Amino acid sequence: MNRIGTSGLQLNEKLIFEHSDSGRCGYSLPKLDVPAVSLPEQMIRTEVAGFPEVSEIDVVRHYTRLSTWNYGVDSGFYPLGSCTMKYNPKVNEAAARIAGLADCHPYTPGHLSQGALELMFHLQTALAEISGFAAVTLQPAAGAHGELAGMLMVRAWHEAKGSRRSKVLIPDTAHGTNPATAALCGYDVVPIESGGSGVLTAETVAQFMNDDVAALMVTNPNTLGLFESDIKKICEIVHAGGGLVYCDGANLNALMGIARPGDMGIDVMHFNLHKTFSTPHGGGGPGSGPVGVAKKLIPYLPKPVVVQNKTEYKLDFDRPESIGRLRSFYGNFGIMVRAWAYILSMGSDGLKFASQMAVLNANYIRARLAAVYHLPHQHRSLHEVVFSDANLPNDCHTLDLAKRLIDYGYHPPTIYFPLVVKGAIMIEPTETESKEILDEFCDAMLAIAKEAAENPDLLHAAPTLTRVGRLDETAAARQPCLSWLPEGL
Amino acid sequence: MRYIPHTEDDIRQMLTRIGVDTVDALFSEVPSDLRLNRDLDLPEALAETELLRNFKALAAVNATAQTHLSFLGGGAYNHFIPAVVDQLISRSEFYTAYTPYQPEISQGTLQAIFEYQTLICQLTGMEVSNASMYDGASATAEAVLMAVRSTRRKQILIADSLHPEYRETIATYCRHLQIDLVALSFAQNGQVDSDELSAHLGQQTAAVVVGYPNFFGVVEDLAKLSTLAHDHGALLVSAVAEPISLGLLKSPGELGADIVVGEGQSFGMPVSFGGPGVGFFAAKQKAVRSMPGRLIGATTDIHGKTGYVLTLATREQHIRREKATSNICSNQGMCALMAAIYLSLLGKKGIREVAEQNLAKAAYARAAITAIPGFCLPFSAPVFNEFVVETTKPLDSLFIRLERLNILGGIPLTRYYPGMENRFLVCVTEQHRREEIDVLVTALKGGGA
Repeated sequence: MNRIGTSGLQLNEKLIFEHSDSGRCGYSLPKLDVPAVSLPEQMIRTEVAGFPEVSEIDVVRHYTRLSTWNYGVDSGFYPLGSCTMKYNPKVNEAAARIAGLADCHPYTPGHLSQGALELMFHLQTALAEISGFAAVTLQPAAGAHGELAGMLMVRAWHEAKGSRRSKVLIPDTAHGTNPATAALCGYDVVPIESGGSGVLTAETVAQFMNDDVAALMVTNPNTLGLFESDIKKICEIVHAGGGLVYCDGANLNALMGIARPGDMGIDVMHFNLHKTFSTPHGGGGPGSGPVGVAKKLIPYLPKPVVVQNKTEYKLDFDRPESIGRLRSFYGNFGIMVRAWAYILSMGSDGLKFASQMAVLNANYIRARLAAVYHLPHQHRSLHEVVFSDANLPNDCHTLDLAKRLIDYGYHPPTIYFPLVVKGAIMIEPTETESKEILDEFCDAMLAIAKEAAENPDLLHAAPTLTRVGRLDETAAARQPCLSWLPEGL
Repeated sequence: MRYIPHTEDDIRQMLTRIGVDTVDALFSEVPSDLRLNRDLDLPEALAETELLRNFKALAAVNATAQTHLSFLGGGAYNHFIPAVVDQLISRSEFYTAYTPYQPEISQGTLQAIFEYQTLICQLTGMEVSNASMYDGASATAEAVLMAVRSTRRKQILIADSLHPEYRETIATYCRHLQIDLVALSFAQNGQVDSDELSAHLGQQTAAVVVGYPNFFGVVEDLAKLSTLAHDHGALLVSAVAEPISLGLLKSPGELGADIVVGEGQSFGMPVSFGGPGVGFFAAKQKAVRSMPGRLIGATTDIHGKTGYVLTLATREQHIRREKATSNICSNQGMCALMAAIYLSLLGKKGIREVAEQNLAKAAYARAAITAIPGFCLPFSAPVFNEFVVETTKPLDSLFIRLERLNILGGIPLTRYYPGMENRFLVCVTEQHRREEIDVLVTALKGGGA
């Protein structure tokens, strides 16, 4: 039976500010045990105008009710392509909350924070082994932040050789963060058309490679879910031309224990701990975006670097060629704890099995839907599969399908990305979903295709079972209302 | 493997449906010479109970505010976190969701972040806040880039008294963008030297960047600095590493700041060895289209019901690609939620009270420490909950002695400020009881158990 979304009890809830009543407070402190003091009057404010005045239960009910309007991995299937919405293990949450980890201050002297440093050292060593890189930094706070670290290292490497190359090649299937990052590093972006097969060929790269190209940024498997099978040759061409190869590691979940980007000739790659390594996405962060590098880029790693010195772990700040730091302290440590817990729970066999089952699941969905939904690329899919809306009749489009899936109780796939597929429907099931769940989802997809033919209004009107219907995004952008103001202001 | 549900029978049926014989056949596009034909060299998989034992052992060797009497601050602060915060963020509808791309099933995250944006505006005295950034340092770097974009000028004046790691981060972000970073020294009292600022300000100055309070805990005279900056058409960027101070201090917006950024870890997040916290970023309405990061806006659905959506996305990388206002994609959503919950609990009354307690306890500690022979306070300007102490005693041996007494006495400043061999930064918050401050004072005097 399909777990169709139902329209059960839906609680209304106003803004926290609208609960406010003068004099209420949900917080208490011990009585002040030292003399009260004040600052010169011109320095202090009378109050934080507009701040809510609510009691503890008001806050608890408010955010509990809001939470019920959300859909998470724990609510149901969340096949959001390229985001790897796998199950977030609960023991990871428990580990991150252990007082000796959660409450360790970043400026605790090294000999009194050996546990934290040891954990970081183990994690970076494990990530290097999984990816085949010589070294890993854990400092970047998210994938795009990791890209910035990686491309700054590329630039530092070129500059150290006295080379002043100005261009970066980026296939048109790439995440938008790739070109934005290249620009932030002062590079001009040269887009490469991936062509009909969806896979980048060595010949294409050779055509674009010249002595003004600093790097090629690729994603492997790419955003169509296809393995870049020419990757080794592509890396050789770029290297022969004096450039480096950056890999967006967003899709590493397809390859753990199967193949290693470092072994393919890639020079630098970021990981997304919140994708591949099961840390929660948190409604949009915090993530963590470690970066692996080949030996030649080690001098440029962001500082400090966690090193092992005989039996002691320490932060090495003495890195004269480092690109510097990208944020305060050492990275999103709380996320590192969760990722290390995941790796320890899985082991070598478990990680490989995860990648195998992720790929099996994507191919199973492909096999069940390919007769009905248009599949623009024929190469074997890895961890995700990209369909298009070309087969949907009666003016039904990808957005309508996505919204109708919500009525069926699912989070929709990623839609309209990658940009090279018109009306893209990008499905990434991950390994943590069972055959039963996939069957139910495929049944829903097939039912919707049938509805599109027989009763397209069901798609156009969807979602109808949610708290709110389709929202007017144009109005939101035309007259932005980005914060609450008390009435009359 | 408890996280993967497939039975052998499932796998067989699925392979049949796909039309291949083995799981390995699914990887046929991966050339054989790129295959890893060995096991990964990783520790053996652990059961849940072994796993927790392993982490508890790692945790046990770390010093924390539970094992030691800690006066560490410097951008990461030990404040009381009400139990409500962790209970609510443990609602997995919140933490297992992703960026709210599908607003109809993400109204919980969207409304909470809309409230967060509002709270940040109220606190900073600004008109618009984004949905959050990685941390205070990267938010400050993004503020510098925004100032360059909106003024079309290329020089940035950065106070030496701004958090050293924020300064390093700005330098990293600006390195290849032909932005001229100029350091501004501090005056005798610990505030930015306004004469030097006046001398540097010119037609090319995009922004002046200062801490509020600065790294020394000193409260800058933002009104004066903003007037000077504005006289030259430059913006004032105020970076707030300890935003509890804003419960008491005049808001940067009221004092003329154009962009207010900072670190929100103090709002309900544990110090967690430096992350995750949350970078906040607020500016004036007229600059909204130049802002980096996600923005949540209110709108209505087809039935006229209020709802919230991601908005003004044409600034962002997924649409604008290399012309985006930033390369940032994800924010720190969960931490922004923690801040919203924390600030809602405190409200008007609580934020004031906690700020006043921080001020009073730090003042008590300062008075007691300056009364010790051989100790003084080098900066005379008003401070919030942190302050620099100077001593005639060798700092190394002093800190070794404090450690033996289970005291983390503060942050030695010499690593960041050569010439400050005898100075350290002490942070006192509402978490310190008077007796505990007395223990530090006794230890500094040379006493203690």
